[in-house]
Amino acid sequence: MIQFSEVSKRYHGGNEALANVSFSVEHGEMVFLTGPSGAGKSTLLKLLALIERPSRGQIIVNGQNLAGIRRRRIPHYRRQVGVVFQDHKLLHDRPVFDNVALPLTISGVPYNEIPRRVGAALELVGLLHKERALPVQLSTGEQQRVGIARAVISRPPILIADEPTGNLDPELSYEVMHLFQRLNQVGITVLVASHDHNLIRRLGERFISLRAGHLVPPELSGDTHAGA
Amino acid sequence: MPARDSGAQLNRRTLGQRLRAYLHHHRLTLLRGFTQLGQHPLATFMTVAVIGIALALPAGALVLVNNARGLSAGWQGTARLSLFLKTSVSDAAVQQLAEQVRAHAGVASVQVISAQQSLADFQQRSGFNDTLSLLGNNPLPAVLVIQPTPEASTPAAARALAQSFAALPQVDQVRMDVQWLKRLQAILALLHRGVLSVAVLLAIAVVLIVGNTIRLEIENRRAEIEVSKLLGATDRFIRRPFLYHGAWYGVTGGVLAWILVLIGLALMGGPVGRLASLYSSHFSLSGLGVDGVLDLLVSGIVLGWLGSWLAVARHLRAIEPT
Ligand SMILES: Nc1ncnc2c1ncn2[C@@H]1O[C@H](COP(=O)(O)OP(=O)(O)OP(=O)(O)O)[C@@H](O)[C@H]1O
Ligand SMILES: [Mg+2]
Repeated sequence: MIQFSEVSKRYHGGNEALANVSFSVEHGEMVFLTGPSGAGKSTLLKLLALIERPSRGQIIVNGQNLAGIRRRRIPHYRRQVGVVFQDHKLLHDRPVFDNVALPLTISGVPYNEIPRRVGAALELVGLLHKERALPVQLSTGEQQRVGIARAVISRPPILIADEPTGNLDPELSYEVMHLFQRLNQVGITVLVASHDHNLIRRLGERFISLRAGHLVPPELSGDTHAGA
Repeated sequence: MPARDSGAQLNRRTLGQRLRAYLHHHRLTLLRGFTQLGQHPLATFMTVAVIGIALALPAGALVLVNNARGLSAGWQGTARLSLFLKTSVSDAAVQQLAEQVRAHAGVASVQVISAQQSLADFQQRSGFNDTLSLLGNNPLPAVLVIQPTPEASTPAAARALAQSFAALPQVDQVRMDVQWLKRLQAILALLHRGVLSVAVLLAIAVVLIVGNTIRLEIENRRAEIEVSKLLGATDRFIRRPFLYHGAWYGVTGGVLAWILVLIGLALMGGPVGRLASLYSSHFSLSGLGVDGVLDLLVSGIVLGWLGSWLAVARHLRAIEPT
């Protein structure tokens, strides 16, 4: 589903954020991306969302070589990849309903389908009763769940999340990660960046470690679930 | 729970459904654009006021010039010839000449102003009563004022008429009253041109004003644009609300311009009416007319749209998610 082959990324005038990274994630798999601050986790996810382009190497997502996607086609590619952000990136001047409905409006889903699907997505994250609330009226954890509802409402085959539990306490973090697991169970391929090792162990999913832009070989990362 | 069938779901949607969703979104964006005008009333008012004034100035000026042109076209039919006779011609000879002229094919009527009458008129109007009486004998000639028939009123025909009268031995000088009319019309044509050039400049100003307003708005909604792009919004989708917003500014400015022109005409109606009555004419100012109002609104929309296009083309591309 996701395949990185010898991918490097060097920012303008910066160090190599990613160096020669190769790995693959199978269809329907759930994988954590871990590593210390500055390891290149966000960079890797940005390459997947076509926010950044690699300096070298090849990325194939859902059968498409990202190098072959021109600017005009980027929106259509992005509709296949749901993204969850650490800072939620909700629109604060609109109620929860409108925030969650945004991807549907963007992709031109018939408007009479929208309320039902928004309802289903909000129910999934347990926030159906907050439909009319503004984001500021929600707790951080609730905002994060709204962000997740928005990321999955258009049923993307792939979901990526960058530190989705960065601001949450351990219990809420576990809940959010568990939500990702449930989404994975219905067939979405999930890739989550997190440096919360304890949590990742507790969830028992496969993980990929990065250190200073390099992939850490699984035998060194000290976990039987790890792999590349 | 979201199902796995996203691709299939997408294909199963008919073209009609997609079109309806598309049109619905257009309608929604259009309405939201209007409600957004009310969100910052003062800023909106100032932008709309500037657009309104910029459109009202040339529109009002054009209305006035067109009124003047209409008026002067009406006068064309009343082009007159004045035959100034030699002072040596006797009163009886003047009457005789008048009969002769009246018989001419191109002449509708002849009015005789005798030398004495000319003098009396002049004395009355000028107040040079004493000075003139000092002169002893009347220096003013008799005048025949000729109203040509409508067929002979065209500039060429009137000129031919004037030439044939100038050849008469009793006639000292022929003056065609169309001369000043032609000059007036030339001046009006020039004014018309001038107003159009100013209109072009003001139209450019409107485009820049709307462009700048939309640029600020793009800046204000940066976060929203970034998020929308990340969620797969096309450039067209992101552009649309700004284009509609610009068009709303334009059409609202157009309506304001219309109102301003109406007010201006109402204020001028009184003085114009008095002036017209002085000339015992039934002239009254005509307004923009349906065409004029439509032109005003359409130019508002087009200029607003164009202004936001420029802003959007310049600034939207630069906003990319990071
Ligand atoms: N836009 C950028 N321009 C230049 N250098 C950048 C840019 N973004 C990231 N970097 C550099 O790339 C490296 C990897 O950054 P990245 O954000 O991918 O790390 P990370 O693993 O997400 O860290 P964290 O856990 O702190 O979020 C860092 O050294 C960072 O300074
Ligand atoms: Mg990061």
